[in-house]
Amino acid sequence: MLLNPGILALLLGCSLAFAMLLYAAWLGLRILSRWDPQSSSEAQLQLERRTYLVSTLTNYAFSFEILSGLLFIFTLEDIHSLFIGAMCATGTLNANQIGWLVLLIKIVLFFTAAIWVHFNRLDQRTEDTPLVRPKYLGLLLLTPLVGLDLLLQYSYFTGLQPEIITSCCGSLFTLGSDSVASELAGLPVEPTMLTFFLAAGIFLILLVLCLSSKLALFRYLLFVASLGLFFVSLAAIVSFISLYIYQMPTHHCPFDMLQANYGFIGYPLYGGLFIGCLYGLLPGLAQLLPKTLSLHIEIEKTERRWLLRAFFAIVIFLLIVAGPILLGPFILLSY
Amino acid sequence: MSARLKILEHALASMARRKQKNFAIIAVYTLTVATLASILFLTQALRNEAANVLLGAPDLVVQRLLAGHHDLIPKQYAEQIAKLPGVGKVTPRVWGYYYDSLKKVNFTLLGVNDASEPPLLAGHLPTSGRQCALGRGIADTYGVEIGDSLVLVDSKNRTLLYEITGLFSHQSSLLTNDLILLPEAELRRFFALPDSQASDLAVQVYNEQEVSTLAKKIKHQLPDTRPIGKMEILHTYDTVFNWRSGIMLTIFSSALIAFCILAWDKATGISAEEKREIGILKAIGWETSDVLLLKFWEGLAVSLSSFLLGTIIAYLHIFFFGAGVLGPVIQGWSVLFPKFDLTPAIDLYQIFALAGLTIIPYIACTVIPSWKNAVTDPDSVMRS
Repeated sequence: MLLNPGILALLLGCSLAFAMLLYAAWLGLRILSRWDPQSSSEAQLQLERRTYLVSTLTNYAFSFEILSGLLFIFTLEDIHSLFIGAMCATGTLNANQIGWLVLLIKIVLFFTAAIWVHFNRLDQRTEDTPLVRPKYLGLLLLTPLVGLDLLLQYSYFTGLQPEIITSCCGSLFTLGSDSVASELAGLPVEPTMLTFFLAAGIFLILLVLCLSSKLALFRYLLFVASLGLFFVSLAAIVSFISLYIYQMPTHHCPFDMLQANYGFIGYPLYGGLFIGCLYGLLPGLAQLLPKTLSLHIEIEKTERRWLLRAFFAIVIFLLIVAGPILLGPFILLSY
Repeated sequence: MSARLKILEHALASMARRKQKNFAIIAVYTLTVATLASILFLTQALRNEAANVLLGAPDLVVQRLLAGHHDLIPKQYAEQIAKLPGVGKVTPRVWGYYYDSLKKVNFTLLGVNDASEPPLLAGHLPTSGRQCALGRGIADTYGVEIGDSLVLVDSKNRTLLYEITGLFSHQSSLLTNDLILLPEAELRRFFALPDSQASDLAVQVYNEQEVSTLAKKIKHQLPDTRPIGKMEILHTYDTVFNWRSGIMLTIFSSALIAFCILAWDKATGISAEEKREIGILKAIGWETSDVLLLKFWEGLAVSLSSFLLGTIIAYLHIFFFGAGVLGPVIQGWSVLFPKFDLTPAIDLYQIFALAGLTIIPYIACTVIPSWKNAVTDPDSVMRS
């Protein structure tokens, strides 16, 4: 099963990214142990130079890790035709249960890596780079996760056997069984819809408050609201958004919408959700960073951009969700 | 933002100053991308082609096995299969291979007995004894047209003359290139086949999901048969093409490694002039991060232009020049393989996979050398 172009690209890319991160983490460890911003010795100068290497290596590696999630989904969609019974990525994921774990790690990596890259950029704009220690600690924590991602991906793809008869999304995301997926599919539509739009509304209100005020509390609340919106949205996609997209009251699959039959609508939908939530998390997290003056100025400068990005991404997401509900011919709730 | 764009401008200008070196890199990079992209595009196009062809294939084909190989199947098997619930029409098919020793090619002979005209046929199907319809490949091989005659030698070594009444068009080449249609009765005479037997049975199944169950039932009732589902054939094609392209990619990975070594070498061995340039830039106030950004833009410009060029070359190679270089390896073997134009089919997935296979190794190779250049001290460079 390994000899598929997408799988080869994924494994090659992830191995290279992991190798770069290992080297960066090793450099980071050396920098952490001897870092002394007050000193102006030759050794400290060398360390400062090495921070550029660490940043560059990590930036590239994390950028790939972020994109690899997309490539992973692409690959799953592409190879589903090799499995009997699979009709979309769900079938490919079911063919070897480790797949779901890989997907989970990819989602976690998307957020953590993106946060790292953004804070690194903040740090590099300042003169005194106050984030070196937390940054490298984060790097040391994330490197094993990337390694785990690589390992699981490898065992997932090698474990795929084309003879396996897998189940399609129709049987996984169905009502009346005991799995999490069926719990999600079975969520009552009306309350879920209400919760979803309430969460989105709270998110947008907090976003506007953050744009107009400098209060830290709003940013923390926005952080919580982003997390909430993310999980509520994922549940809502399985519970009712998918129904409207497929215009079918029984089809709950969160992956089919990534296919050509539905105009690839899933990509902007998930893209909007992920990007919106990411930029919603950033301002709150930035409040937790050490309060040096240089960093404070940089945060002030970039925060507005983060908030605007979050706003537009979530609005796009909501438009895609609301479009078929308001304008489509499919009516799920009777009047 | 404008500062970044200025750095991009500077990067492009400085690359233009070192045309030769960058041209060498871009040429090799483009070739690597073009090779890998050709493999991917061709595989995808062939998979699509196979899927399109099999769209019209019977849901289930039942063959008889005798001593482990394909044998004639008794016609009463058809009646037995037709009685199974869920089965539509069961059509016994008569066909065979014919080797022409003069032209050294293989043909497929197929018997027809219904009058329905297939699409993409000029003229009409053979109706009486000494008539036939041909695929384009055969007509071209002999240089014959409708109204001419075709000479075939039957199994008793008699030379027979057939009037050509129909000709398939180019569009159906993949299916009909090596095909000769004869009336079924005539074909039985030609191959000396007994009337009570057929080559295989084409079974129509109403519900696609029941195909595998029906296959099991047929196998149980008629243990000497081999039922083959349409989906099974599709899976096999998919797996085979995937595997073949994977093998090709693995073979070409040595080329990829060679390219990476070149990229590493070019990025490490920068000229004294380039070093001076970086030294001067830093002396006039550029920071290390600016130089790194400069290097990033350079790498991006090289990668994107090579990627685009390579993809275009691969596209032309596969879809306009019929995959002349790679075709034989991935398509497979055949004495008379139809010349057909592939339908262009490219999706984002392939582009992503291709980028993953080429751009990432390039970046991984150049990141450390470019950092080394970026952190050099201005004074040490200018003094040397």
